[in-house]
Amino acid sequence: MCSDRHEIFLRLDAGRPAITVVLVLLACVGLCAQSGKYGLGRTPTPEEIRGMDITIPPDGTGLPPGHGTAAEGREIYERRCSRCHGHKGEGGDEPKQSPLVGGKASLKTPKPLKTVGSYWPYATTVWDYTRRAMPFDKPGTLTTNQVYSVVAFVLYMNGIVGENTVLDASSLPQIKMPNREGFVPDPRPDTGPKPSARKKLNRER
Amino acid sequence: MNLHRPAIGVSERERCGLCRRVEPPFARAAAYGSYESGLRELIHLLKFGGVRPAAKWILAEGADACKMQRSIPLEKAMNDILVAYGQNGEALRPEQGYPLRLLIPGWEGNASVKWLRRIKLIEEPYMVRDETSKYTDLMPDGTARQFTFVMDAKSVVTFPSAGQKLPGPGFYEITGLAWTGRGRVERVEISTGSGANWQRAELQEPRFPLAFTRFRFTWRWDGHEAVIASRATDETGYVQPSKDELIAARGVRSDYHYNGVRPWKVMADGRVANV
Repeated sequence: MCSDRHEIFLRLDAGRPAITVVLVLLACVGLCAQSGKYGLGRTPTPEEIRGMDITIPPDGTGLPPGHGTAAEGREIYERRCSRCHGHKGEGGDEPKQSPLVGGKASLKTPKPLKTVGSYWPYATTVWDYTRRAMPFDKPGTLTTNQVYSVVAFVLYMNGIVGENTVLDASSLPQIKMPNREGFVPDPRPDTGPKPSARKKLNRER
Repeated sequence: MNLHRPAIGVSERERCGLCRRVEPPFARAAAYGSYESGLRELIHLLKFGGVRPAAKWILAEGADACKMQRSIPLEKAMNDILVAYGQNGEALRPEQGYPLRLLIPGWEGNASVKWLRRIKLIEEPYMVRDETSKYTDLMPDGTARQFTFVMDAKSVVTFPSAGQKLPGPGFYEITGLAWTGRGRVERVEISTGSGANWQRAELQEPRFPLAFTRFRFTWRWDGHEAVIASRATDETGYVQPSKDELIAARGVRSDYHYNGVRPWKVMADGRVANV
């Protein structure tokens, strides 16, 4: 069974006292040959692959079937999210923790507020992180439709989607987040002498 | 895990990018741990699985509650990223990522994914939470720097440092640690005069690239209030900046890769405190 996938999975076997890492190598032709050569690993089942290959990139590849709206997400948010993130996404108890809403146009001010609305560049990241890590006390327990719904509600509170906008695998990656263009590559070094002047300086010292 | 390759031993430490949010002395240096054994190079794992030409990044993912993940350029993965299963002669401790973790020499610690459960070869970064909303540095103009991986040269005086007390005037050996994500530490200077009169400290040999370098400097304390600080220069000629230089370049909202000079104040009664 050789799929087209190109991953290495490391299965952590929690039941053994010593380090018993079973290297599960995803199948591709060359890889099967390698596995034979080293006598290591086995081909993972499609279920195992699906269970772990959960990251959603900006183009939405891997988003599961399902859908949700802000209207549907409101109740889930209140029940599962509001304790830490506030009833309106303003953040939990003082000092404000984990705000999700607000901060529009604040990033260049002396008091920037980084939220999903003001800072996060991709809606897919919100979806990915909500599914994998939220809610904080029981990560991974939201259903797919609940994830779509609660993400829609967070985006709705930020004025990014309408209350009845349906989020699904095709609409979510289309969302243009307000700070989509806000990220720049690392331009260091940004202090001290320019690199060209450094070697010289080093010699003089 | 036996890939029929010898395990390698290196002296390496991990730097957290968040230098000022944790407590002294070592966490303030944003560095901890020294791996001496139980490492393999990730390149062998990747070659074992096979790498297609289209792959330009890897996605590494942990088995912790949030399944923490980062996108990492394949070029680095094929160069010197390590897969660690041991540390200082024993298995990795749970908090260090047992049974397996990445160790990325010279880079921000967050990318050294612990409890490693999956590596996926990808063409573009997946823009996960910890490389977009976190670990990006907000500049005064409202833009944010992304994928700032290398930790620039930094140093910290570990003695005397905040919380310690000098018994009285006399000779002391100022000592501390310096490191850089770009090669070797070339020079460390000490100031005992509030950021003036920098004098060269002695460096302990041998100095390895991307590893701690201990420095020493003999100082006679006259019993008056003094501010002591260290400043590292690496082999590229990069000089550890002052806090003011960093603020001038990046503003005050850029916490993740802070490497400014870290002064300590020695008070007249010998107590040492934050400046």
